[in-house]
Amino acid sequence: MELPFALAIGVLVAGAVYMLLARDLPRMLVGFVLLGTAANLLILLAGRVGGMTPPLVAAGMAAPGADAANPLPQALILTAIVIGFGLAAFALMLIVKARAVLGTVRPDEMAAAEPRAGAVSSPPTPPRALPPPRREAA
Amino acid sequence: MRPSLILRTSAPMLLWLSLLASLYVLVRGHNEPGGGFLGGLVAASGLLFHAIARGPEGVRTLLVLHPVQLSALGVLLAATSGLPAFLGPDGAYLTHLWWFAELGVTLPLGTALLFDLGVYLAVVGMAVAIFIGLLEWKAARAAATEGGE
Amino acid sequence: MSGIALALLVGAGGSAAMAFVPARLAAWLGAGLAASLCAFYAAHLGAVSTGAVPAAAFWGVPALDIAGGLRLDGLALLFALLITGIGALVFLYAGSYMAGDARLRRLLVMLGLFMTAMLGAVTADDAILLFIFWELTSLASFFLVGTNHQSPAARKAALQALLVTGGGGLALLAGLVLVAIAAGTTSISGMIAAAPAVLAHPAAEPAMLLVIAGAFAKSAQVPFHFWLPNAMAAPTPVSAYLHSATMVKLGVYLLARFNPLYQGVALWHELLMWAGLATAATGALLALRETDLKRVLAHTTVTGLGTLVMLIGIAPELSATAAVTFLLVHAFYKAALFLVVGIVDHETGSRDGAALGGLGRAMPLTAVAAGLAAFSMAGLPPFVGFVAKELLYEAKLGAGPASDVLIVLGFLINASMVAVAGVLSLRLFLGASRPTPETPHDPHWAMIAGPVLLALLGLAAGSMPALVADLVVEPAVRAILGRPVAVTLKLWHGFNLVLALSAATVLLGVVLFLAWERIVPGLRRAEAIDRFGPARFYERLLAGTISLAERCTGLVQHGHLHGYIATLFAATAIALLGTLAVRGGFDAPAFAFGALDPRALALVAIVVGVLATVLARSVLVAVMAMGLVGFAVSLLFLLFGAPDVAFTQFAVETLLVVILAAALVILPIATRDDRAPRRKLADAAVAILAGAAVTAVLLAVLATPFDPRLGAWFGANSYPAAHGRNVVNVILVDFRALDTLGEIMVLAIAAFAVVALLRRARTGDAR
Repeated sequence: MELPFALAIGVLVAGAVYMLLARDLPRMLVGFVLLGTAANLLILLAGRVGGMTPPLVAAGMAAPGADAANPLPQALILTAIVIGFGLAAFALMLIVKARAVLGTVRPDEMAAAEPRAGAVSSPPTPPRALPPPRREAA
Repeated sequence: MRPSLILRTSAPMLLWLSLLASLYVLVRGHNEPGGGFLGGLVAASGLLFHAIARGPEGVRTLLVLHPVQLSALGVLLAATSGLPAFLGPDGAYLTHLWWFAELGVTLPLGTALLFDLGVYLAVVGMAVAIFIGLLEWKAARAAATEGGE
Repeated sequence: MSGIALALLVGAGGSAAMAFVPARLAAWLGAGLAASLCAFYAAHLGAVSTGAVPAAAFWGVPALDIAGGLRLDGLALLFALLITGIGALVFLYAGSYMAGDARLRRLLVMLGLFMTAMLGAVTADDAILLFIFWELTSLASFFLVGTNHQSPAARKAALQALLVTGGGGLALLAGLVLVAIAAGTTSISGMIAAAPAVLAHPAAEPAMLLVIAGAFAKSAQVPFHFWLPNAMAAPTPVSAYLHSATMVKLGVYLLARFNPLYQGVALWHELLMWAGLATAATGALLALRETDLKRVLAHTTVTGLGTLVMLIGIAPELSATAAVTFLLVHAFYKAALFLVVGIVDHETGSRDGAALGGLGRAMPLTAVAAGLAAFSMAGLPPFVGFVAKELLYEAKLGAGPASDVLIVLGFLINASMVAVAGVLSLRLFLGASRPTPETPHDPHWAMIAGPVLLALLGLAAGSMPALVADLVVEPAVRAILGRPVAVTLKLWHGFNLVLALSAATVLLGVVLFLAWERIVPGLRRAEAIDRFGPARFYERLLAGTISLAERCTGLVQHGHLHGYIATLFAATAIALLGTLAVRGGFDAPAFAFGALDPRALALVAIVVGVLATVLARSVLVAVMAMGLVGFAVSLLFLLFGAPDVAFTQFAVETLLVVILAAALVILPIATRDDRAPRRKLADAAVAILAGAAVTAVLLAVLATPFDPRLGAWFGANSYPAAHGRNVVNVILVDFRALDTLGEIMVLAIAAFAVVALLRRARTGDAR
C-alpha cells in the first residue's frame, strides 16, 4: 500500500501547489488547505501504516495489540488538523477583509503595500507617496 | 434571506443533541476515540447551525460569555489543570493526578479531564468566534450599504 | 590584568566619558587621556629597549612559548607612542580648531575611540584581535571623514575611505585566517615561530598576497592610493592624525609585523619594493599638480607611505633601520605641516598655495614651526629628516641589482619633496604678503603648541641620534627583522656618495621650487593622468555594484506573489530531488496489484477530488471539491486505524465548508481561473515537480528502517501510567500536554485576531 499512498500524497501536493500558484486569493486558500492535508497524510505514512486496528488498550490488557497503528503520528496530525482549521479560517477572514478594503482578491492588484513592482532604487530617492487604496465604485 | 420554519424549529433540538453528543465524546475520549478536540468541533458545529437558524445573537445569549472569552477560559483551565501536579510525587507540570472514587462503581476522575475540557472550550470558542464574527460583519456591511444608498 | 590591556579599557572608557562633558572640557579630557597613556607607554621604553616584551595573554600555549592577546614589543611601542603623543596634541588642537562647532564633541569622542582602536591594533598579538581593531579604525575613520556630513563630497569621501580600507580589511581577514590555519594558531608571534609550516602550506602565497592587499588598501599604496587625497574632506585635525601620522601607517605596521614571517620569500620583497616605489613616485608626481595645500600634503603622505613600504621590501638591516627612522621623522614633520596648513586655513580662510604668501609677518610662530618641519621634510641637517634621508640612500645603494632604478627614481622623488617643503615654508610665509579672505594672525596657543612641539622634536631627535637609536629605533628594527641587531644613527657620515646625492637632491629641489608656479599648471594640463587613474575604476565598480544590486533585487523582489511561491516550491523540490540524486536515489518499494486492498479506493477518491479541485471553473466548485478530498482523507484515516483523526478531519471539513460558504457570499465566487494556458502549463510543471519531490522523498524515507520505540513506549505506558486506554488522547492530554496547551493558545489567539480584524467594519471604517 505504500507506493500508491505515496503517489496519492504527491498528487495532493501537486494539486495544492497548482492552486497556490493561482492569481486569486480564494483559490490560493484552497491550495493552502490541501497542502495542510497533504502534510498530515505525509506524517501518517512516514510513521508507517498497516492494519485497521486503532491504538486502543483493550480491557484487561496493559498495551495496545501488536498490530495496532502507531499512535504518535495520529496525535501530531490531530492537533495539526485543528490548528490548520484555525489558520485557514483566519486566512479567509483576511481575504474577506482585503476584499472589503482594497476591492480585489488578486494579489497583483493589491498595490498598496508595494507601489512599484520590481523597482527598488538606491537609498537617496525620496519615498513616493502611496496611491490611495483601490475601492469599488459606490 | 430568512431561514425556513423547519430550520428554526429544529435548530434547538439539533443544538442540544449535538452539545450532549459533544460532551459524551469529550468524556469518553480518554479510553475510546474522542476527546477535547473532537468534542469541541462537534459542539461548534451545533452552535454554527444554531447561528444560521437563529442568528448570531441567539448564540451570544446562549453562551453568555463572548466566544473569545470562552476560548481564553479554555486555555486558562488547561493551564491550571497542570498545577495540582506539583502536589504529586514527581511534581512535573501537567503530570495529571487521578482519584478513583468508589461509588458503587469505580469512577475515574483526573485532572486530565479538566485539561481536555480546556481544549474543548478553546476549540468551541475559536470556531464560534470566527463564524459569528463573520456573520455579524456581513450584517453590518449590508446595513451600511443600504444606509449609504 | 596587565597594564597594556588596562590601557585599552582606559582609552575606551575615557572616550565614552567625553560624550558626557561639555565639548571644551572634552578636548582637555582627551588630551589628558592621550598624554597619560603616552606617559604610560613611555615608561616601558627602558625595559623594551633592553629586550623585554611585556604581554597580556588572554590565552596561550606555555609549552610552545606562545601567548595570544596583547604584546608590546619595540615596533608596537613606537607606534603606541606616536598614536598617543600626537593624539594628545591633536585633541588640544581640535578643541580650539573647532571651538563652538556643534559637531566638536562627537568628533572628539570618535577620535578617542579611534585612538583606542589604533592602540589595540598595534599591541594585538592575535590575528583576529588585530583584524577587529583594524576594522574599528576603518569604521572610526568613516565617521571622522564624514564629520561634515551635510556635504555630499564629505559623505562620498567617507564612504570611499570605508569601502577601500574596509574591503582591504576583508582581504586581510582571509589572509590571516589562511595563515592561522597553516600555523595552527591565531597568535601572531606563534605564526612567526611557525614560519616554516606557514610557508610550506599550499595556500601560503595567496595568503601572503591577501595580507599585502589589506595593508596596501589601508596604507594607500598604488593602486589604492586615490582614497587618501579624497579623505581630505575631513577636518584638519582628523587629517593630521588619521591620514598622516597613524591610521594610514597601520598597513606599514602590518607589513613590518609580518616581515619576520615572510622575509625569506622573494615575491614579498619584490612586490613591496616595486609597489612602494611606484606609490612614492605617483604621490610625488600628483603632489606637484596641486595647489590646495591639504591635498599637496596628502599626496606627499602617499609618497612617504610608499617609501616606507619600499624600505620594508628591501629589508636588510640598514633598510629596516631607515624605515623605522623615516617613520618617526615622517610622523613628526607631516603631522606638524598638516596642523600648520590647518592653522593657515583657519586664520586666513584659504588654503590655496598659489594665492597665499608672505604670512610670516602676521603669524611668526606658525612660520617658525612650519619652517622647522619643512626643513626636516627636505632632509636638511641637523634635522632628523637628514638622518633618515642619508639612511634612505644608503639602503637603496645596498638593494642589489635594482639599486640603480631605486636611486634614480628616489632622487627625483626626494627632490620634489624638497620643492614641496619649500612651497609650504618659504613661499607660504616669506616674500610679499598677499590679500587673504580674513586677516591672519597667530592662533590660540592650543593650536600652535602641536606643530611647534612636533617640529622641535624633529630638531631634537636629529641632534641626539644615538639616544633615539637605542631607545626607539633598535627595538623596532629588532621586531621587524625578528632577530637582534645593533643600530647606530649618526648625523654626520663623512664625505661620501650619499652626501653627494643629498646635496644634489637639495639643489634639484630648489630648482623645482623656483619653477613651481610653472610646473603645477603644466602637470595639470596632462589630463591623461586623471583618465587612467584607479579612481575611475573605483567609481565604475561602485556604480556597477549598485546597478547590479538593483537589477538583482528587481529580479528577485519583483512583487508578484505567485512568482515567489513558484520559486519557493521549485527550489525546494530541486533541492530535495538533487539531494536524493546525489545520495544515489532510493530503493523503490516492491509493488504488486495483488497486494492492494480495497482501501486503495480511498486513495483514488483523493486523486479524483484533487483533479476536480484543480479543474474547477469557479471557486465555489473548487471549495466543494476540496471538501470531497477532505472527506476521502478522513475515510482513509479511519481505514488505517486512526478513528480520532478521522472524526476530527470530518468535523473540521464540515465546519470549514460551512464557513467558506458563508464567506463566499462576500467574495467573487464566480471568478474564473484566468491564467493564460501557457502560464497554467508552467504552474502545472512546478506543481508536478513539487509533488514528485514529495513522493520521492517519502519513498526514500519509507525505505529506511523504522524505529518504533517512541510509539511503543506511549502504547505501553498509556494505561499503566496515565490511566487511559486511548493512546492518542493520552499523548495529547498527558504525555505531550504542554504541546497541546501551546496549540490551544494558538487557537485562542486566532479567535482573538479574527474578532479584532473584523471589528473595525462595525464602526463603519471600511465599506
